[in-house]
Amino acid sequence: MSKDISRRNFIKAGLAAAGGLTVSRIPLPNSVKGASPKELATLIDIRKCIGCEACVEACAWVNEVKFPEPEKPFPKMYPSRVKVSDWSDRRDVTDRLTPYNWLFIQEARVNVDGKERILSFPRRCMHCQNPPCADLCPWGAARKLENGITRIHSDICVGGSKCRDVCPWEIPQRQTGTGLYLKLLPSFAGNGVMYKCDRCYDRVARGELPECIDICPEQVQKIGPRDEIVKEAHAIAREIGGYIYGEKENGGTNTIYVSPVSFDELNKAIEKGPGRPHLDPVKDAMAHADNLAKAMVIAPVAGIAAAAARFFKSAGSSSGRGKEEDQS
Amino acid sequence: MNRDKVLLPGKWVRWLFVFLFTVMAFTGFGQMPIFKRYYIADIPGMGWSADFFTTHIIHYLGAAIILGLFAYLAAEYALSIRRRYSLRPAGWVRVLILAGIVATGIVRVLKNLPDVTFSPGFTMFIDISHLVLMMLYLSAALLFTLTRQGWVRDRAPARPS
Repeated sequence: MSKDISRRNFIKAGLAAAGGLTVSRIPLPNSVKGASPKELATLIDIRKCIGCEACVEACAWVNEVKFPEPEKPFPKMYPSRVKVSDWSDRRDVTDRLTPYNWLFIQEARVNVDGKERILSFPRRCMHCQNPPCADLCPWGAARKLENGITRIHSDICVGGSKCRDVCPWEIPQRQTGTGLYLKLLPSFAGNGVMYKCDRCYDRVARGELPECIDICPEQVQKIGPRDEIVKEAHAIAREIGGYIYGEKENGGTNTIYVSPVSFDELNKAIEKGPGRPHLDPVKDAMAHADNLAKAMVIAPVAGIAAAAARFFKSAGSSSGRGKEEDQS
Repeated sequence: MNRDKVLLPGKWVRWLFVFLFTVMAFTGFGQMPIFKRYYIADIPGMGWSADFFTTHIIHYLGAAIILGLFAYLAAEYALSIRRRYSLRPAGWVRVLILAGIVATGIVRVLKNLPDVTFSPGFTMFIDISHLVLMMLYLSAALLFTLTRQGWVRDRAPARPS
């Protein structure tokens, strides 16, 4: 087991990521490469969580400056089937994800070693390694940072909620009446801004811990280089005969849960629905894109080969018996 | 090969090209969340158009076929067609716009690979360029069709005998 992902190690990795962030502001591709060794992942040890919600309160407090202040009344939406999504008068909701609550505590009544227990654990964005929300966002508002954080730029997002539709856990939540869409065609396109956990990208860039990790009295969460976090998760799982979630889901995420009971059992016991994500197994949502990208490399080669074969066949069989057509 | 005899693409190429561009334009617009909002997905048989993964797979598949087709046509032009025909201005305009569509599409595909990160400004520039170039191409294609301006012209038109 990795002895400890110390604050010093974390700060070193954070500073490296901050360097990456600075470079990524240059409006040009900053990396075209394989899996990044700079990705940071979090480990959530479900055994330790007491459900005190200190992380929930701290998240709301530290991210308050990022929360939306919508303009009311909202623009009339066309067609009328488009509904507004307004959480601005329900900012104190903490039992699910909302634009004002990016982290909540999920509870499951389960049997552990023959005894009934309520297990609690924080739920938020999983920060996928190949996030469909960032890949499929038509505006570039959602994107993955080199340090493994997936964030949504609230100044670019127009709130189409495609990110929520393609997210396997439907994490991002919309607030109407705020953001860029108000300056474009507010009645006909967009519907606000999508919000979700950004894993305190600004604090991480400064070499600080995400607030939910820093504040936790039980040290439920840890953050560190992904390979070390995965190793530690496996070591704990081996030690307790436990289970892991998030390592392989959706092709791999940067949020690794370790539990003493199976996630299948946990999934059956939790309340699921809008803003309350499941714990189902999840296939890699973007695998098709990676495979078809390979086909795009092969296709031009096949095209050239087909043209060359046609040309040489025609030249070889007779001098100029190819099909000739008039083309104006 | 006789200088005056060249291999020209069959008529199937034109129909494949039109079909692919229709599919690509539709699935490309479908990357924006508009088909569900504006009732397209409510048309019987069109429910799939509101599924972003379905439209994405079709768009990628179409892109692979288009890349193969463009490479085939470019190779055929280089090997044979240019012996007798050259691109006319309307052909050059088409080729340049198509090159822009392909280039921005390739960059977008790269962005969607694991661990490839672009700045939001650059991503938005690529997305909007891809969309604008496609609309430009559709406008140009319509204009050239109406004014009957094809892709190529004969380098040495036949002299009256």
